[in-house]
Amino acid sequence: MLMAPREAYGQALVELGRENKDVVVLDADVAKASMTILFKEAFPERFFDIGIAESDLIGTGAGFALAGKIPFINAYANFLLGNGWDQIRISVCYANQNVKIIGHNIGASSGKDGPTHLPLEDITLTRVFPGMTVIEPADGIEVKKAVKALAKHVGPAYMRVGRVPIPVITKEEDEFQIGKANVLRQGQDVTIVACGVMVSKALEAAQALAAEGIEAEVINMHTIKPLDKEAILASVSKTQRVVTAEEHTVIGGLGGAVAEFLACTRPVPMRMIGSPDRFGVCGTYEQIHQVLGLTTEKIIEAVKDLMSS
Amino acid sequence: MTASSKSNEKTKTDQARKKEALEEAKLIAQKMRRNILLMTHHAKGGHPGGCLSATDILAVLYKCFLRIDPQNPRWSGRDYFFLSKGHAVPAQYAVLIEMGFLSPEEIKDFREVEGRLPAYPSCTDTPGIDMASGSLGQGLSIANGTALAAKLDGTGQRAYVLLGDGELHEGQVWEAAMTAAHYKLNNVCAIVDYNKLQLDGALDEVKTLGDLRAKWEAFGWHTLEIDGHDYEQIYDALVEAERFKDGPTVIIAHTVKGKGVSFMEDEVGWHCAAPSDEELEIALKELS
Ligand SMILES: Cc1ncc(C[n+]2csc(CCOP(=O)(O)OP(=O)(O)O)c2C)c(N)n1
Repeated sequence: MLMAPREAYGQALVELGRENKDVVVLDADVAKASMTILFKEAFPERFFDIGIAESDLIGTGAGFALAGKIPFINAYANFLLGNGWDQIRISVCYANQNVKIIGHNIGASSGKDGPTHLPLEDITLTRVFPGMTVIEPADGIEVKKAVKALAKHVGPAYMRVGRVPIPVITKEEDEFQIGKANVLRQGQDVTIVACGVMVSKALEAAQALAAEGIEAEVINMHTIKPLDKEAILASVSKTQRVVTAEEHTVIGGLGGAVAEFLACTRPVPMRMIGSPDRFGVCGTYEQIHQVLGLTTEKIIEAVKDLMSS
Repeated sequence: MTASSKSNEKTKTDQARKKEALEEAKLIAQKMRRNILLMTHHAKGGHPGGCLSATDILAVLYKCFLRIDPQNPRWSGRDYFFLSKGHAVPAQYAVLIEMGFLSPEEIKDFREVEGRLPAYPSCTDTPGIDMASGSLGQGLSIANGTALAAKLDGTGQRAYVLLGDGELHEGQVWEAAMTAAHYKLNNVCAIVDYNKLQLDGALDEVKTLGDLRAKWEAFGWHTLEIDGHDYEQIYDALVEAERFKDGPTVIIAHTVKGKGVSFMEDEVGWHCAAPSDEELEIALKELS
């Protein structure tokens, strides 16, 4: 089954709005794309369109938080982080405000809109802030759980939400806890740590590898910060090898986080799947994944490369 | 012949020349509109509404004012044009086709992996495009930079920038507006495509611009207001912008989003949507 994370997000916001009157939603003229339009229709008095003004959007969100509300603020991840970074740094993170920043159209999900519209740097840009929580759910079901968890969590947080339908791989009954990774598949030969749509590709890769006698452990690292170090250590102690996979640049993202941690505690051979150091292209979602090497085949290749070295 | 009848004679030929140029610009605009529809239809994506509102302005600007050279797109003496509302790039591709920078065959490359016509302006891909854009709010600052450099070198080059009205929400636009006024950049001309619609809906519903004319005037700009589909008015305003020496000029051009295609006019749904086969057919008929 496929589900667009943004659809799940829009629905979850409405449920949340019903349960919690302190939730307010802010957008920057992309409510139809972010699906906050659903919240707007349900609770017009708690929805605010700030217009095409992402830095103003972040600051206004910080003001709402200061006044005791729980703001979910929304824009395309690239413009949000691009125009709002200093405001996130000072007014949200340094000021430790309870603002939920939602970056939309992440990774390759804007497709043919091309390089200017493909946020491949937002994990890096948010992960560097002290006190920031960074989440990328693996599918629509997890998006819904993450929205609820974010509303309960107190403190600055960033979540990535994609535009196009992606495979649903988690179940309603699976536990979701911020900062606690989910091991989706056990294995003793290699650890694959993934987030977002790459979790489904990691599972596919693991299945293909199993047919060749290689047992991969697949970890859904939905929370990139704080990183679940225990889960990583427990797994690599067993496998001694790790591959990371993310729909994001390999510089400073999930792979970077795992590498930083392991390099200082328990260095093991490692490969990173993610966008290389380049901009994206105009193309379909699949075309861009091919061009950037965000594929099941690349994960399999990386695992085999590790096994033979 | 007396001096005054001589100047009358000259005015007459100026008028005739202007009339002829504007007739040509109108033909260019018609071809542009067709190509905009063909491009977005073929790519199954893009932003036709905001292209069509800007088409007449671009046709007059490129045909009658910009000093540029299709044989040498990077000519160092060129006037600059920045499409700050980068999502309207099919309109710029369309005018670049008419000016000989691009070939009509390239229409099929819009938004594709291969080719020179990405979804948003890219100066590293496309001849005739001077700067990357697609993130709203950035163009006027770039124009100021080139205009300051032209003054430094005494080249007489001018810098034009086309802004969306929704784009004016971005703070950077007003930071740049102050910069241009401070440095009295009479070689900068900003044009606002004031079509009153943005992505989520009408500007007045999403976030109003209030008294737009008063805002620009308060920022120290020579402010003109025109009908952005009236060729005489577009032409005269651009002449006035060249003539005015005390600082930067902004032309607030009242436009209609989707102009020229009956079912697209003033419809926010056509901000970002591609025409179907039938819609394309109807639109092309209207534009023939
Ligand atoms: C910084 C930034 N934020 C958001 C967007 C997404 N976006 C693209 S077009 C658009 C609406 C633009 O409205 P306007 O400037 O009025 O353009 P027009 O109506 O002339 O097409 C938006 C919000 C963007 N391109 N850049």
